[in-house]
Amino acid sequence: MARKITIDPVTRIEGHLRIDCEVENGLVTNAWSSGQMWRGIEIILKGRDPRDAWAYTQRICGVCTTVHAIASVRAVEDALQLEIPLNAQFIRNMIVGAHGIHDHMVHFYQLCALDWVDIVSATTADARTTAALGQKLSNWKGNSYQEIKAVQDRLKKFIGSGQLGIFASGYWGHPAMRLTPEVNLLAATHYLQALEYQRKINQVVAILGSKTPHIQNLAVGGVTNPINPDSPSNLTIEKLFHIKTLIDEVGDFIKQAMLSDVAAIGAYYADWTGYGAGVLNYLSVPDMPMDSKCTTFALSGGYIPGGDLSKFTPIANQKEAMLYNNIKESIKHSWYNGNWDRSPYEEDTVPNYTGYDYDSKYSWVKAPTFMGKPAQVGPLPHVVAMYLSGHAATKTYVDATLQNVSTLAGTTVGIEALHSTIGRIAARVIRCAVLYDTMNVQWQALVDNIGKGDFDTFNTPVFPRGEQRGTGFHEAPRGTLSHWIVIENGKIKNYQAVVPSTWNAGPRNGEDALGPYEASLVGNPIADAELPLEVLRTVHSFDPCLACAIHLVDGKKTPLSKVKVL
Amino acid sequence: MNRENGARTLVLGIGNLLIGDEGVGCKTVEELSRRYIMPPGVACVDGGTAGFELLSMIDNKEHVILIDALRNDMEPGTVVMVEGEHVPKAFLARTTPHQLGICDVLAAAQLCDTMPKRLTLFGVEPKQMDVGIGLSPQVEAGMEKIISAVVDQLRHFGYEVKHNGIKSEH
Repeated sequence: MARKITIDPVTRIEGHLRIDCEVENGLVTNAWSSGQMWRGIEIILKGRDPRDAWAYTQRICGVCTTVHAIASVRAVEDALQLEIPLNAQFIRNMIVGAHGIHDHMVHFYQLCALDWVDIVSATTADARTTAALGQKLSNWKGNSYQEIKAVQDRLKKFIGSGQLGIFASGYWGHPAMRLTPEVNLLAATHYLQALEYQRKINQVVAILGSKTPHIQNLAVGGVTNPINPDSPSNLTIEKLFHIKTLIDEVGDFIKQAMLSDVAAIGAYYADWTGYGAGVLNYLSVPDMPMDSKCTTFALSGGYIPGGDLSKFTPIANQKEAMLYNNIKESIKHSWYNGNWDRSPYEEDTVPNYTGYDYDSKYSWVKAPTFMGKPAQVGPLPHVVAMYLSGHAATKTYVDATLQNVSTLAGTTVGIEALHSTIGRIAARVIRCAVLYDTMNVQWQALVDNIGKGDFDTFNTPVFPRGEQRGTGFHEAPRGTLSHWIVIENGKIKNYQAVVPSTWNAGPRNGEDALGPYEASLVGNPIADAELPLEVLRTVHSFDPCLACAIHLVDGKKTPLSKVKVL
Repeated sequence: MNRENGARTLVLGIGNLLIGDEGVGCKTVEELSRRYIMPPGVACVDGGTAGFELLSMIDNKEHVILIDALRNDMEPGTVVMVEGEHVPKAFLARTTPHQLGICDVLAAAQLCDTMPKRLTLFGVEPKQMDVGIGLSPQVEAGMEKIISAVVDQLRHFGYEVKHNGIKSEH
């Protein structure tokens, strides 16, 4: 007899995702993914000035701030066919890269590692053995005995003071936890060090974007950073070299600590390469434009149908009709009026909540499709596409990581292992390393271009009368993001955002095909239906973040203990 | 670089400006900065919906004053003050589009020993949390209470907070 389990909410951060699973004989046999909040950015943007849209869209979500800003200015620029000065492209690319690195590090260490790493077990490890293990795995300077012992002491103090409950979830001691105390301690050490490097990479966003968390330097037509190599208030050579130092410090951590951690976790949990594949149609778009007309890109993208790597179709640029003509959203299973599959340009958003019904409507998230089918987006599809298109840095990091896992696990692990829960996590770490390499490319391109005497950063947008349409694509940390804008007489007439978490967390589509979260859960093992850690592992591997797919929430009704009413 | 790095006290508004009363934290900080001249030791920051980016902002601070919408089944506009160790717990017990982020940020700060010595949260009971920009009248009244309370606190701790003559109108 199948038993239904409901996890609500699933996300440690940002938003409200409900997952329902049917479990039979220790395996998930069916799954439903439901966004429990309603979204409506278009309602706020209708009638506004298209030049202001980015400042609103970057407020949609706390994790993906800059990505919505970038996609928004690109949508308007596409509608106006506006060229972007080279300096502006490189500065934007560096912001995007730094933000992506920050996001991937936070996900891997702070939001997903605790599904695999037992930090309570880490307190029982032998610190010297841990240091020896760390030094065997990589040359990372933070793997010294002193450093590891200090972290262990801090953990003991923290746990001893009863503060562990502050972690929003945690499955300490669960039977599915399998790392040795020493590996747990090594990962916990890097967990804390990662916070330091997140600060550093975030400084890059702050210097270039004038401010974080919400950057201020964007504009439709470029960026507002005045470039003057000598004036201290502007983007100077000194600031650029400071940025370069920060990038390289973070790069060392990614290459020497993060990549070796994911290889170790992959080796210890090698059976997880057999779970969580789900929807194998992979979509990603090229990003980091290298010219003013957006025709060449530093990172490639493409489409892979059904996991068949031989059928890879590269997508050369973000303006290909093959891209925007093939994206539709279905609302058959979503709480909106009607039952249609439409291009985002043609959509309306009329909410109609009819209660949770497994067989009919059960989510606020729409179901996007590419060529009529659900598609998975995120670092995994992007890394596979870059690998297949011969992107050199990607190839180096993928091959090295698979080699490390193979050595540690004592078996050959090939690229097909990436189609899995653990592969999805590994791809994110690999993409983080690729972004580091790309940051250096962008930095050099910017310095070289300034060296030629080009200080341009902005082209003024002009809004003609009549209607214009544009799409802004961005390969964001969680995957392909697109903003769709219809402008009429200089004002916003329609605005839709098809966000990565919509692609992945969407419900069944118009033909009842399961969405990527849903499909990836079917076949997952469940050791203890009361503590379904395995479901969380697979869902968290997508890095769920639903604040943008949807919004608000009714809080849990736990009364506050110590408050003073003013 | 960022002014908040040199300050010892941080007034941090958090929330989503696009969801009605959810934006009260951001709006309060905006009003504080508009109406008062803050001394060099105090930074007022609109943290928006941010998560882990906020960790570096609370580094080396003696006092962090958080302002946010907080659902607690009270009359809309009711303002509550939560202090010290009860602040992370207040966030843990609630789910909003951003607050689990704050909870994890505070957990990380505790683990790193970078928690500020003093932590104060001013929460306002929201009324309307639909998509849209602007506060309900009740929450706007709550915001006025918080503005006075924050200024009082800062003055209590010896900061000279000068009114710059701008009246309270939004």
